[in-house]
Amino acid sequence: MKRKIITSLIIIGIVIVILILLQNTLGNFKLRILNLAGIYVIFAVSMNLINGFTGQLALGHAGFIAVGAYTYTLLVMDSDLKSMNFFLEPIVPFLSSVHWPFLPAVIMGGLLAGLAGLLIGAPVLRLRGDYLAIATLGFGEIIRTVFTNTQSITNGSLGLKAIPMPKSFLFIEMKNAFTWWVWTAVIITVIFHFLLVSSSYGRALKAIREDEKAAEAMGVNIFKHKVWAMVISSFFAGIGGALLASLMTTIDPLMFRFTLTFNILLIVVLGGMGSISGSVISAVVVTILMEWLRFLDQGFMGLPEIPGLRMVVFSTLLLLVVLFYPRGLMGNEELSWNKITKMFQRFHMQPREVRK
Amino acid sequence: MLKINNLHVYYGGIHALKGISLEVPENKIITLIGANGAGKSTTLRAISRLVSASEGEIIFNNEDISKLKTTEVVKRGITLVPEGRRVFPDLTVLENLKLGAYLRNDKKAIKDDINHVYEFFPRLKEREWQLAGTLSGGEQQMLAIGRALMSKPKLLMMDEPSLGLAPLIVQDVFEIIKMIHQEGMTILLIEQNAMAALKIADYGYVLETGTITLEGTGQELLNNEQVKKAYLGE
Ligand SMILES: Nc1ncnc2c1ncn2[C@@H]1O[C@H](COP(=O)(O)OP(=O)(O)O)[C@@H](O)[C@H]1O
Ligand SMILES: [Mg+2]
Repeated sequence: MKRKIITSLIIIGIVIVILILLQNTLGNFKLRILNLAGIYVIFAVSMNLINGFTGQLALGHAGFIAVGAYTYTLLVMDSDLKSMNFFLEPIVPFLSSVHWPFLPAVIMGGLLAGLAGLLIGAPVLRLRGDYLAIATLGFGEIIRTVFTNTQSITNGSLGLKAIPMPKSFLFIEMKNAFTWWVWTAVIITVIFHFLLVSSSYGRALKAIREDEKAAEAMGVNIFKHKVWAMVISSFFAGIGGALLASLMTTIDPLMFRFTLTFNILLIVVLGGMGSISGSVISAVVVTILMEWLRFLDQGFMGLPEIPGLRMVVFSTLLLLVVLFYPRGLMGNEELSWNKITKMFQRFHMQPREVRK
Repeated sequence: MLKINNLHVYYGGIHALKGISLEVPENKIITLIGANGAGKSTTLRAISRLVSASEGEIIFNNEDISKLKTTEVVKRGITLVPEGRRVFPDLTVLENLKLGAYLRNDKKAIKDDINHVYEFFPRLKEREWQLAGTLSGGEQQMLAIGRALMSKPKLLMMDEPSLGLAPLIVQDVFEIIKMIHQEGMTILLIEQNAMAALKIADYGYVLETGTITLEGTGQELLNNEQVKKAYLGE
């Protein structure tokens, strides 16, 4: 345990040092990708909790992200910004003068998304497998449809523009405050999930994934655990959604279509269902790769512009990975020093240590 | 300790238990034998509240538990070793054992009990960090029993613990059941291996298509002509 804490502290230290270096050297565009990568880490890790660790195929993540994004946006915008946005139909009076600081607004985004997770999870988590997938997917779309049609609250399909970004981090004004917020949230999310899945509660979630009936026979309250996993998962999705709104500076219902859930699911599968470090690595790599592959869409080496080529190449890469690593990058194991050293040993073609 | 009165269970239209009554006194091994599909597993599932009884009482230490949730039944001290072992394959041996203690909070005592289980099953200790799915059938059965013991039950119910195991291992399993019993555990044992079960049982019931047709001490049933013909292959 002590060693684990020390290892975690070292990793956090390394992340902070890397961040300091990156945010001083990266240009605005690359910094934005770094922020996006962090937000996708939050999305992937939280989705992994319900899909990977608990084994419930829940596909409502985009809906919970939307709840977080809209909650955050409506809370941080001041009344001038709101009246500028709501030009077709004025915003409902009780929201028009609300003006919260960044952090409370983000947390409220998470809380309301968690509440949505509770309201949706309670009825549908009695379903299993495909049925659960279809029901959660449906509910995710319902959230989006509701947001499209509540003109006086969400501004409907017009979306919300000019969402402010935080200018200070922990009351200190700084240039890249947002990056610090995002990566603080990432670190908290990752540590929280690590502690959660290695607690007895997390063990119960894994037991549900492995054999629901046997877990029940051991006294695990299946339904309660599934609902809690869903609430926690959607809470963090909401936090990520709030940060996404802040990063994008505009949101509209179309951003939260099923494809968003699907992309996150791909990241989780690639990283390994049931591996937090897998999700972290996969989210960072995929986000950067997707940006890097943009050159494909814009025509290269004499080829004409083919919009969407990026997705084709990306899907092909994905297919290859899934074919050769069906359990994803990490399976359901975590990155550890043992693993890293073993990997190096393999590079050096030394005989591998036999497991005791 | 446990008393069942007139228990009926339906699966949709199938009338699986047709009003059975039986009793499990403290510190005894009681066995329930019967052919495939007789309703043995259903009886245990009904006691654990994994299925609902449509009629009848299940009295455990003077309390009717027939309407409780499974979690509550486990809290009262009844734990099931399910048919087919059903260990958690992608969790380690240690994690499986800790799951057995899921409803307990006494960290120190849990640690002692894990060591106690390892005394019973030294092979599990050697494989503490191995994934349960990679254990042999016999080792998995031992893990399933160990996992159930970790909940500190007052009544341990075992559903065909010898199923699918090599004869030599079956002997081990029955030895273990005897040892657990000698420590004062009350046991409700289900077996198709009627001979071995009746030999160690204080009292036995014979179940046929949802009805109890015979009962008696282990010795009586072993000598019963009907039982000999139907279950002992003589
Ligand atoms: N989940 C189920 N759904 C429908 N019928 C079942 C189910 N489980 C058991 N049965 C039926 O109930 C009867 C008793 O089954 P069971 O208790 O498993 O018998 P045993 O354990 O003695 O072999 C059988 O006829 C079986 O087909
Ligand atoms: Mg059976």
